[in-house]
Amino acid sequence: MTPDTIFAPATAPGRAGVAIVRISGPQADAALSALTAGAPLPAPRRAGRVKVCDGDGEPVDDGLVLRFPGPASFTGEDVVELHLHGSRAVLDAVMALLAAQEGLRVAEPGEFTRRAFENGKMDLTQAEALADLIDAETAAQRRQALRQMDGALARLIEDWRGRLVKALGHFEAFIDFPDEDLPPEAEGAIWGAVEALVAEMTAHLDDGRRGERLRDGFHIAIIGPPNAGKSSLLNALARREAAIVSDIAGTTRDVVDVHLDLGGYAVVLADTAGLRDAAEAIESEGIRRARARAEQADLRLAVFDGVTWPQLDAHTLSLVDDATLVVVNKADLATVPDDPVVAGRAGLALSVRSGQGMERLLARLGEEVGARLAGGSGAPALTRERHRRALTECVDALRRARAAALPELAGEDLRLAARALGRITGRVEVDELLDVIFRDFCIGK
Amino acid sequence: MSMTERYDVIVVGGGHAGTEAAAAAARMGAATLLLTHKVETIGEMSCNPAIGGLAKGHLVREVDALDGIMGRAIDRGGIQFRMLNRSKGPAVRGPRAQADRKLYRQAVQDLLAETANLTIAAGAVEDLELDVGGQVTAVLTGDGRRIACGAVVLTTGTFLRGMIHCGEVQTPAGRVGEAPALGLSQTLGRVGLALGRLKTGTPARLDGRTIDWEGLESQPGDEPPLPFSYLTAAITQPQVACGVTYTSAAVHDIIRANLHRAPMYSGQIQSIGPRYCPSIEDKVVRFGDRDRHQIFLEPEGYDDPTVYPNGISTSLPEDVQRQMIALIPGLEKAVMIRPGYAIEYDFVDPRELRPSLEVRKVPGLFLAGQINGTTGYEEAAGQGLIAGLNAARLVSGSPAWTPDRADGYLGVMIDDLVTLGTQEPYRMFTSRAEYRLLLRADNADLRLTGRGIELGCVGSTRAAAFGEKKALLDAGRARLQALALTPRELNDRGLKVNQDGVRRTGMDLLGYPEVDMARLRSLWPELADLRPDVAEQLEIEGHYAGYLARQEADIRAFRRDEALALPDDLDYATVGSLSAEIRLKLAQARPATLGAAARIPGVTPAAITALLGHVKRSQRDEVVAEAG
Repeated sequence: MTPDTIFAPATAPGRAGVAIVRISGPQADAALSALTAGAPLPAPRRAGRVKVCDGDGEPVDDGLVLRFPGPASFTGEDVVELHLHGSRAVLDAVMALLAAQEGLRVAEPGEFTRRAFENGKMDLTQAEALADLIDAETAAQRRQALRQMDGALARLIEDWRGRLVKALGHFEAFIDFPDEDLPPEAEGAIWGAVEALVAEMTAHLDDGRRGERLRDGFHIAIIGPPNAGKSSLLNALARREAAIVSDIAGTTRDVVDVHLDLGGYAVVLADTAGLRDAAEAIESEGIRRARARAEQADLRLAVFDGVTWPQLDAHTLSLVDDATLVVVNKADLATVPDDPVVAGRAGLALSVRSGQGMERLLARLGEEVGARLAGGSGAPALTRERHRRALTECVDALRRARAAALPELAGEDLRLAARALGRITGRVEVDELLDVIFRDFCIGK
Repeated sequence: MSMTERYDVIVVGGGHAGTEAAAAAARMGAATLLLTHKVETIGEMSCNPAIGGLAKGHLVREVDALDGIMGRAIDRGGIQFRMLNRSKGPAVRGPRAQADRKLYRQAVQDLLAETANLTIAAGAVEDLELDVGGQVTAVLTGDGRRIACGAVVLTTGTFLRGMIHCGEVQTPAGRVGEAPALGLSQTLGRVGLALGRLKTGTPARLDGRTIDWEGLESQPGDEPPLPFSYLTAAITQPQVACGVTYTSAAVHDIIRANLHRAPMYSGQIQSIGPRYCPSIEDKVVRFGDRDRHQIFLEPEGYDDPTVYPNGISTSLPEDVQRQMIALIPGLEKAVMIRPGYAIEYDFVDPRELRPSLEVRKVPGLFLAGQINGTTGYEEAAGQGLIAGLNAARLVSGSPAWTPDRADGYLGVMIDDLVTLGTQEPYRMFTSRAEYRLLLRADNADLRLTGRGIELGCVGSTRAAAFGEKKALLDAGRARLQALALTPRELNDRGLKVNQDGVRRTGMDLLGYPEVDMARLRSLWPELADLRPDVAEQLEIEGHYAGYLARQEADIRAFRRDEALALPDDLDYATVGSLSAEIRLKLAQARPATLGAAARIPGVTPAAITALLGHVKRSQRDEVVAEAG
């Protein structure tokens, strides 16, 4: 038996100019013929005009069709794409006609991608990237997903993996072939290679979780004393044209999240409870959460009340650090310098109410976020926690290997390192190691 | 033998697979017949006169742990014993010995003669008789006899279309002057077994009396020599040294000038040779920058002048071999007893086998050794033992037993073969084992002998010795766990540990790299009475404790997947969401378990999930069907 032929709309449901139905599997062409009363099939990868009819020859729609014979198709199987008019009725009718055909069924969610993955059309990182691309809401997310889909991350990991397999292979040669005339300098080279891998992987892990933050959103927490204007600032930022509000989540009363697109970057802005010595239990819990949120955030936006300038709230001051942008609000009510220095850091004076300084704040926020997400090296980012965990495990194992007391213990950790890395793109097979050994060394006592 | 003769198990072939298979089946209580061409060549070392090495030595220890004969035979026939990787840790140490060919052969024959339930006879098996269901019922010999049986273990090495190449000269292999066993080949062909073709080679043999040993490096054996078998108390025969010499640029020039006459390069041989055992012409071509290659000169016996020059296997023409040898230091005047050659042969794709080594398409027929695409005496012996054991179990109606990848190298080898097949003559390496720290040469008995006793393949002598060692080990471990000192007390005795107030037991202390059993004895002099092998075992356990704990967690996960058996007749076409490529791979390998399926390269985690779902669903359907 051959795999089922699957089909599904490739476009979102609802009224539209065009709706696309995709069919993949060995019966894709046959399914097309059945829909078009046996009309000749158009040439591969050329758009052809088709009249779709039902079993009685009754016309259903007039559209375009594209054929991608496997394996040169998205899924690696024969694929047919029907471009129909985007009407509910047309789509329902075509779906029903396809479902009535023997051996055809509606695709499960993600099944086209899964077949592409299974047929070797993409590796795991590329499959993930495709999902990310479809979900991308901002320009930076789109760029990152496209880059990963193109295989940039896979290439980086493959490069590491190749070098690790070589080091491990050489290491294994010294264990398995003690009677052979192996070049002694190769043993030193193994540790040089491990050293370099640890350095590169560590640098990559030290990227401030750039890829994940780009994908999942950069978190900014607004902190400050009560009545400094935090909520007004949040609302003002949310309403600015430069910051497009996409979604308001946050069900907790104490922390309110707003999702923004700031200069192409996805940003999650959180308003938190005012910081002070709380009088009662509920508020004190809110303040505890505010502090916790402030700590987790990628950037803190500390809002001070300008009315008391130069006296500033001590609770908030204690939280100002390198990842804090300081603003002094209510500049219209007080004499605050345009560039106030707070806790040794260059801040901004602003008035949410009058709008004074808001443009500067937006520009500064954009710079801060961009600097933390853009990544100076241009190397492909780790976009998933899964990648980060595997890579961390790999580096830990390499470090242990370096420190191991006996060669077989070092070997054990080198193998674990290879296995961890293999979890990102694919396994390291023993045969690969043997290939390295017998390619690089003359074994044959 | 009468016309009505019948045996439970018939083993065909008297090599290293055949002898272990016959001995194992007989130990299991099966009435066993070993049929071989010449009784006097049983136990012959047909290639290099050595047993063991890394991973191979581990296999010998495992064969010994299941009461096989190879370990005891080499202990009687060995003339130089070395523990390889002595400078590394115990998990990657491997015992190796040079053998006196004659003594080794004699030892094998003596051990077989002592084996109850075993009959040995000369005879050429011409064909197998199968019943209508394809089940083996008898073997048919060249002299017209029919011998009925419950199971057959075929260990016929390279007999399938063997072809010897020596330069331009080609000779059909083995059995010169005898009619080849055509019927057997045809029968195997008729049942539709997938065959592949492999190549291996051997160097020339030299007359040691004509070698100038004076100027050569010498490689002595270990003092004292360590035995292979857990039953051998000590090696008593004297040890000899091997010589070491090297090829030279002049030798390489001769080879390069004659490459067109080498069967591998002239196109005469197209089958695949092992990567780990290249011919000297291969070495010169592939590693052109090397100005010399190492040669070990291995004596073949005390009173046998033959020397095996390990490292220069070749199939160049005889005259070129002579020129080559005359240019090697120490061999200038050496007389060549016979030239080296390459041999090509057919093998059965081992994916045709169940893990028990029974042919899936021919119930009752087991294959072991080179016929399955492996190389090496040790690999052959290991398969022979498992095949013989399972042939006996089949006849007695018991389910098959095969060690898994966490039990031993035996399990690694058989799983690799039956799940992945092989592209080159399969040889064992420690890098093939996932659980290398556990699968050590020193603890093969602890891993396997207890199981062997339950299965009935371990004799009473070994069972008693094992029981005693196990008891001493358990008692010793309990003592080391009971002895403990505080960090302060340890500090006073010169051992720096964290001053955390936690008492350290003797076992804990063995986990510190600088603590060995001698150091423990300085802390607790009463430990002096631990038997040396027990003390060593405890030392190793303590040493690896942290790593072994992690490996054991891995093994639990591994065994969960192994516990999920895939039905032998699973129709992969009915499993949804598998790509055509994966479907084909699975159908070819017919993995025995879900874990084995996952080890097939190219089988994705998604496919494994689909397979798991399918099997669970069918099991549920069966339950429902039965209930209905």
